[in-house]
This record gives sequence, C-alpha cells and structure tokens, in this order.
Amino acid sequence: MAVLRARKTNNEVDQPSSPVLRFGSDKPLKLDAGTLLSPFQIAYQTYGTLNDARSNAILVCHALTGDQHVASTNPVTGKPGWWEVLIGPGKIIDTNRFFVICSNVIGGCLGSTGPASTNPATDKPYGLDLPIITIRDMVRAQQMLIDHFGIEKLFCVLGGSMGGMQVLEWASSYPERVFSALPIATGARHSSQNIAFHEVGRQAVMADPDWHGGKYFEHGKRPEKGLAVARMAAHITYLSEAALHRKFGRNLQDREALTFGFDADFQIESYLRHQGMTFVDRFDANSYLYMTRSMDYFDLAADHGGRLADAFAGTKTRFCLVSFTSDWLFPTEESRSIVHALNAAGASVSFVEIETDRGHDAFLLDEPELFAAINGFIGSAARARGLSA
Amino acid sequence: MSVNRDQRVDLEVVANLIPPQSRVLDVGSGDGSLLELLQDTKQVDGRGLELSQRGVNECVARGLSVIQGDADKDLEFYPDKGFDFVVLSQTLQATRNPKLVLDELLRIGNRAIVSFPNFGHWRVRLSLFIQGRMPVTKDLPYSWYDTPNIHFCTIRDFVNLCDELGATVEKATALDAAGQKIGLSMPWWFWNFFGQQAVFLLKR
Repeated sequence: MAVLRARKTNNEVDQPSSPVLRFGSDKPLKLDAGTLLSPFQIAYQTYGTLNDARSNAILVCHALTGDQHVASTNPVTGKPGWWEVLIGPGKIIDTNRFFVICSNVIGGCLGSTGPASTNPATDKPYGLDLPIITIRDMVRAQQMLIDHFGIEKLFCVLGGSMGGMQVLEWASSYPERVFSALPIATGARHSSQNIAFHEVGRQAVMADPDWHGGKYFEHGKRPEKGLAVARMAAHITYLSEAALHRKFGRNLQDREALTFGFDADFQIESYLRHQGMTFVDRFDANSYLYMTRSMDYFDLAADHGGRLADAFAGTKTRFCLVSFTSDWLFPTEESRSIVHALNAAGASVSFVEIETDRGHDAFLLDEPELFAAINGFIGSAARARGLSA
Repeated sequence: MSVNRDQRVDLEVVANLIPPQSRVLDVGSGDGSLLELLQDTKQVDGRGLELSQRGVNECVARGLSVIQGDADKDLEFYPDKGFDFVVLSQTLQATRNPKLVLDELLRIGNRAIVSFPNFGHWRVRLSLFIQGRMPVTKDLPYSWYDTPNIHFCTIRDFVNLCDELGATVEKATALDAAGQKIGLSMPWWFWNFFGQQAVFLLKR
C-alpha cells in the first residue's frame, strides 16, 4: 500500500496533470546555495484570460504544503482548490476579470522540481542531493515563469504564510514588476520559535526508520509515521488554544469514558491523527524538509544589511498586510514591523488586523473581514492600474 | 474616534488647505472621511494612521491606504519630510504626549494641519464657571471619567506650544458652533472665546 501511494505521488511529481514549463540546460536556475539547478521544471495552473495589455495578472504564492491547484480540484486529494473561497469566477478575486497564476514552488512535490523529482544525472529521485532551496530561489523561478507569459508587471502578488514570504521577496527583489502586494499572516523572517517547531517536524521525519537517509523511494518505503507526527505538531501551531477548545474541548472520541490506555480517547487526538494520516497521502517527506528549511532561512532584513526598510527602498508597490489576532505562528507584531519598515521606506501601505480565534489558518477560511479588506485593496489598486471593473 | 463624527465641520476647512495631488498623511483618520474627500476632490496620494482597528478595516475595505497605529508611538517610523501635509484633525487632545506628536508632525510633513476643539470656548468656560462641572456638549459628548480627550487646550495654549516648537502659523481659522469661519481679522482673544474649533496650518 505504501509503495502504491508512493508511486501515485511520484506521477504528479515528474509528469504533473497540470501544465508544466521545462527549462533546459540553457536556462538554469541560480540557487542561493551557490549552485545551478538544471534542468528544472515549474508546474502551474492559470485561471481566466490575460488581457491584451498583459496588465491583469495576479500571482498567487502557496504556503508550506500548498500547491498550484488554488482554484480547481486537486488531482491528488480530489478536494476543491485550497483558496476557492477567494478565487474563481465572480469571487473576490474574479477570474472573469483577472488572469490568476499559481505555480508549485521549487522544492515542492506536485510537479515543480523537488527532492522527489527524478535526478537526470542518476535517474533516481534527488532525495537530499537537491541543494537547499530558499524563498528567493522559489521567487526567481516564478519570475522565469512570468517571463514566459510575457508579463512585465504583475498586477498583484498575494499569498499567506510561506506564500506571504514569497510576496515580500517579490516586492523586494523585483519591485518594478509588482504593482501591488498582499502578504497575509506572514513575517519578514522566521522566528526562533517557528524554527524550533520546524526542527521538531524534521526530526520526526528523520527518526522514522523508513526515511532511509532520504532514499526511501529506492527502498520502496515512505516515512509515513514520522511525517504524520510532523504534521500533527505543525497543525497545532496553525490553530489557536481558543479554537481548539471551542471545537474539541475535552470531548471523548466515540466512547463514554476514559479507557485508561493510549488510544485516541480525546477528540483532539483523533482529529490530529486524521490530519497526520491524510497529509502523508499527498505530501512527500523530503519535500517537507526542504519547504520548512526555506522558511527557516528567510530573513529579508539580513539580506539588506539588517535594515528591513532597505529591502523596500524607493518602492512604488502598493502594499496591504493582513494579520489575525489569534495567530501565534505569525503574530500581528511580525506584520507591524513590516509595516513600520514600509512606512520608513515611504511606501503606500494598508494594514489590517482581523479579530478571529481561528489562528494562523484563518487566512484559508471564509473570513468576511479578510475578504472585505482584499476586495477594497484589489479594487482601489485596479482603479489605479486602469483596469476596468 | 475622539469627537462626535457628525460635528466634523472642520473637514472641509482642512481639505481647502490642501492643493491637488499632494502627498498627505492623515493621523487619526477615523472612518476615512477626510481621506476619501481628499482623494475624490483633490486626487491626493493619501495615507492614514488610525488607532481603532474597526476604523482601519472599514477604510481598507473602502480602498483607502490606512494602517492601524498610535500617533503617540508609530510616527517615529515615518521618514523626515515624507509628506507634503500631515493632518491631525480632532485627535491632538486625545494623544498622550501632544507636544511630541506635534513635533513629529512638523518633522514628517512639509506642513502640518492641526484641528482641535477649543477648550477656551465660552460654553466651556460657562459650564465651569456657573455649574462648576466639566462640560459635556454636542461637540464634546464624553463625561470626564470616560473621555478619550485627555489633553484639552485652548487656542491660546496651542499658539504658545507652536512658539515653543519653533513652528510658524501660516494660517489659522476658528469655527463657530455652526462650523462657520469667524471673522479673519479678529484678535486671538476673540477667537479663543467664540471659536468652538480651530484649524491651524503650520510649518517649521
């Protein structure tokens, strides 16, 4: 069974069902690790139509375990796109009006080159032979995709969490190509606590004997237990104490009394186990290591002499930042420090903190105030960009 | 929000001081009325700073460029002379350190526009003099114990503060209860007595 599932993910890895752009040896991807990745490929999805002026393109950047299937059925899970509440025909980000692009990040496992991809040098999966990928590497690759579409300036780049980091990197590295930027529930660097949580997850994966030093495919195995534990731990950080208590309290799972054993007596245990189990069906363990590492390495201020404002010096991009009151992974203070840096850089910036008990994951949910803010920001940016309604 | 919104007769007076296409920072932008007015009529590049999260969210939903922040704490992050005008309308009296805030306004903006309720108005004086009680009026609807307005001043007090900070008063206007301008050639004591609100254009 494990082998079967492993193969299934692998099929999306090298030959994804979504469109894929392949770059040969003439167009290598320059990595922050100091090496070149070549050949490499980017799997992506698009929705809507690019207008003649090529001015209506919105790039959506996905989070840690997201993918390019932002507004259409996920080929692995069969579930709706991960941001279909926001993006689609007639939705807040209206695909009748905008051309929406979303690509799987480099290092991912849904069709863009990542550790599960076949290394052409060995004809085996890269595993840990893939160099460490940074947020900037992901954005550099996305930029090559945008070039392919002949888009000079994106109307908007948006994303939450790790996606928000990519948004900030886009605005900093390619300010002239970003008309507006919408980083949600994110930070300009990963905090020590966040690195700590990621390290717990990585150690769980690597402690699984089925991990085999990253060469599990060659052994016909996958470190499912380790990855599930990593996901369970991470999932707690995406919620809040209040939301957990509201949803689960100390309720028991399908039983009247405690069993005096280590079964999932409590609903929250059962819920987390389910989250862990469904995750390993869709995600590659090595990719999880690479994704978490990319976030840990992200520190936009450090890339600019320690002064975050210098990352945005002279920017003309219009920014809107959003944070959530109960998000303890990327608390409001993280967004506020970006806002202060943007103020110091003289940038146009809006900043909304949304009251909710749903924690970090609130950005993926139906949050009316979030939608109102995005709607207002996109609307006024579209007017400034001269895009008709 | 520190004063009754329906009473914001000062908005138009403030707007008239700002030429088209200016870069404007509205400190204490409330529900965004002034920013919207300026954007619609003067095509300004407008930004807002507002304490109340609800006010901010409403502004952003309406397409205005506003951030949540505190005039007492967050002005230091703005660069010198980053704006043509920094507006502080009906907010000075609600700040913790009005002197520092005014100093920051003069640093950030080429010009500062400050409007505030005049505590020297005859009704206020009368309330104190006759009733011996802190005034509660249409314009200042709060009781002393729940008011956000912790630093009231009179027009004369404000002029003194401007002197202390080395700010030049380029224009000043006093408004009566109906929001009408009080005669331009009147002396300070007259304004200080009959002006319900004052609007100052400052430069340093």
